[in-house]
Amino acid sequence: MASRYDRAITVFSPDGHLFQVEYAQEAVKKGSTAVGIRGTNIVVLGVEKKSVAKLQDERTVRKICALDDHVCMAFAGLTADARVVINRARVECQSHKLTVEDPVTVEYITRFIATLKQKYTQSNGRRPFGISALIVGFDDDGIPRLYQTDPSGTYHAWKANAIGRSAKTVREFLEKNYTEDAIANDNEAIKLAIRALLEVVQSGGKNIELAIIRRNQPLKVSH
Amino acid sequence: MALQDVCEWQALDTQGASPHLPQVGVWAVPRGCDPQTFLQIHGPRLAHGTTTLAFRFRHGVIAAADTRSSCGNYVECPASRKVIPVHQHLLGTTSGTSADCVTWYRVLRRELRLRALREGQLPSVAGAAKLLSVMMSRYRGLDLCVATALCGWDRSGPALFYVYSDGTLLQGNIFSVGSGSPYAYGVLDRGYRYDMSTQEAYTLARRAVAHATHRDAYSGGCVDLFHVRESGWEYVSRNDAWVLYSELQKLPGPEKEGEEEATPDRAGEVGEPSAGPGPAPAPAPAPGDSRMPAEIETL
Repeated sequence: MASRYDRAITVFSPDGHLFQVEYAQEAVKKGSTAVGIRGTNIVVLGVEKKSVAKLQDERTVRKICALDDHVCMAFAGLTADARVVINRARVECQSHKLTVEDPVTVEYITRFIATLKQKYTQSNGRRPFGISALIVGFDDDGIPRLYQTDPSGTYHAWKANAIGRSAKTVREFLEKNYTEDAIANDNEAIKLAIRALLEVVQSGGKNIELAIIRRNQPLKVSH
Repeated sequence: MALQDVCEWQALDTQGASPHLPQVGVWAVPRGCDPQTFLQIHGPRLAHGTTTLAFRFRHGVIAAADTRSSCGNYVECPASRKVIPVHQHLLGTTSGTSADCVTWYRVLRRELRLRALREGQLPSVAGAAKLLSVMMSRYRGLDLCVATALCGWDRSGPALFYVYSDGTLLQGNIFSVGSGSPYAYGVLDRGYRYDMSTQEAYTLARRAVAHATHRDAYSGGCVDLFHVRESGWEYVSRNDAWVLYSELQKLPGPEKEGEEEATPDRAGEVGEPSAGPGPAPAPAPAPGDSRMPAEIETL
């Protein structure tokens, strides 16, 4: 039954599913894990680094990308799709600054990415983007934010979330361990992110990449 | 992608300017005629006489203007309103062609409202000025004439921008626009301080416009005064320009004002001009208060 309704993206199935979108979400589940934590004065993104081939240059594999000075994102899913979305988001960040004379808010750029993804679920001849994104940053008012988008084009704000392979396990860990004490200071928040990732990743410094943004400070990425 | 090209179907652009904005360069001119030459030969003769000013100080932004609308040699309207509200915290002084100013302010108001609905908050004054400048610069060379100062209060405090229809966008503390602006600039440059009190600012603005109306033929009528504060804009007063100018002539000059501030006990005696025929003399203004006697009619 499903196979008759999953060819063209714009067709609903009789029970109300858009199968291409759901298959895109499956593709996301195959990607490497990413976790995001919103602290009081810090936002943290951690990603699992998949092992690379011997001859491959490790530095060219980037899963955490800056969208602007105060916003960055991590993704899970198809790397090529992510590259396209990140490029469009970076252009929109600068375009917004040019027209409105203010940097984007985290919510604005999340909404832009989500709208872009939704357009691709309702267009002839296109397939949805096969990525979920975690977008973090600080707004002008100094409040930290974490948003998650998925291939269907919905977005929500989170205190902490995980996407990609074994995201469910990581999220359960976060639900148990995300307390006011756990994010009380910056180092505790970073530790929480690392512990959450270690639930599903082999331990060892080489397998985790971290990015942090502190209020009024630029993005810092550690490998 | 291929199917989309075949069907020639365009996705809606929800992020850009609204599709109801006028199309660029669409003019009903005879074939073979370029719009600029056409307007020069057949267009209405528009005169751009006015005095408007705006300045930014600690307690907000003051906007003042005369009220004479002239068209060639006659006064079309002696009591027009040249300061247009855009929203609660934004005003624009208008100079140039009145029709152009009013139309573009309506368009600006609509675009700001749309953005407020989309983003949950109004754009800053800088953003509004950028929007207006970009919208008008698409019509460059087609004889639009809008010279306006946007006065507002946003998250960064009091803000003042000058926008001209060729796309000029300037930020500044003092702007005066119109045929009477040289006279107004003279008075403003003499008396402006960022740390003025509100009453001093009102006096300075009224004085500047009154002097301009005295010398510039295209300015006159009344003097409108607006004040944009943190809580929003306020229409302070409308005073007849001639009456205002006469009262100003009776007061001591700016050089003596410094002495008067230092000796408050003499302020009462000097601040009261000779009333002459008319309403009874008002009580003397308190020291350091506005130099405007209370008998001047306010709206």
